[in-house]
Amino acid sequence: MGKFSFDNVNSMYFDVLKEIGNIGAGNATTAVAQMLNLTIEMKVPKVELKAVEDLGSAICPEEETIVGIFLEVQQDISGSIMFLMRLDSAHYLVDRLMGGMGGGGEDGAEFSEMELSAMKEIGNIIAGSYLSALSSMTNLVIAPSIPYISVDMAAAILSVPAIQFGQFGDNALMIQTEFGADVMIDGYFILLPDEDSYDKILGSLGITL
Amino acid sequence: MGAVIKVGMADLKTGKAPDTITTLGLGSCIGIALWDSTTKIGGLAHVMLPDSTRIRNNTNVAKFADTGITELVRQMERLGVQRKRMVAKIAGGARMFEVSGKTSVGNIGEKNALASKAKLRELGIRLVAEDTGLNYGRTVELDCSTGDYIIKAVGKPIKKI
Repeated sequence: MGKFSFDNVNSMYFDVLKEIGNIGAGNATTAVAQMLNLTIEMKVPKVELKAVEDLGSAICPEEETIVGIFLEVQQDISGSIMFLMRLDSAHYLVDRLMGGMGGGGEDGAEFSEMELSAMKEIGNIIAGSYLSALSSMTNLVIAPSIPYISVDMAAAILSVPAIQFGQFGDNALMIQTEFGADVMIDGYFILLPDEDSYDKILGSLGITL
Repeated sequence: MGAVIKVGMADLKTGKAPDTITTLGLGSCIGIALWDSTTKIGGLAHVMLPDSTRIRNNTNVAKFADTGITELVRQMERLGVQRKRMVAKIAGGARMFEVSGKTSVGNIGEKNALASKAKLRELGIRLVAEDTGLNYGRTVELDCSTGDYIIKAVGKPIKKI
């Protein structure tokens, strides 16, 4: 079993994780800019350690509907990554990508099948570029799965990372990015390496616990 | 109107009619409601993980199905509820992302539901209703006056079990 827990991270490890967050989020923003053919500004991402119990309301009120995109990660490290957006941001991105052809699903559904699939692709590109930053920093081979999507209550979606983090500690690491052109988008990353993979990531950067 | 008592994630609370006890946005977690029709005392636990004995860091009893249910029963007994009068209703345990059921993310909801039922059985508490599994989040409310367990989900009609 790995030794890693967010409950005992000291400032140095935290800085490393933060830096991975910064570079990853920067890469992801560039990918979005290219995909949407926009000049995008990005603010410095905020990296926060949250108590697992508070993760459900970390982005917005617990019952607000948000979009979560989830990818499993394999090869040198295993685990998963999530990218989360509030609804207004998700609608904006999907409308941009579809050239204003969005407009919601039938029977009052928040998104049409086409929009859901476009959003999966956005999540795929964003999470994929984050992972490739992590991969080139660490020299580890990291292979993401296909993207999975959920449009549901924030607390319900965030229960997934809360549970994963909760298995080996009381804290979770969340990265908030803000990027955009005319409209600013808030996006949130949660990287969920399995316990042993944290040691591998930090080890490959020359840090031992 | 009674108070609305809010239970967070990895948390548990008790209440008495006319209070309602609620927890918002259960995903793969489980909301275990216990209620006694005589005293109209109820309790709600929002547990995240099935088994405290498999986790190194297990100081918060409300985080786990096994220790959370035991603690909720203990608190209700302290309020004067006899265990044999308690009935249980459970909700949650969804698979939020359609990943394979073999992975830890894929099957944790199901494991939470199974562990909750096993603990209730072990303590001799009757499970009278459940709304678990599937792929969506649930907000739950236990009405201590009636024992109704009200379940709300995005884009779905309100359900009462």
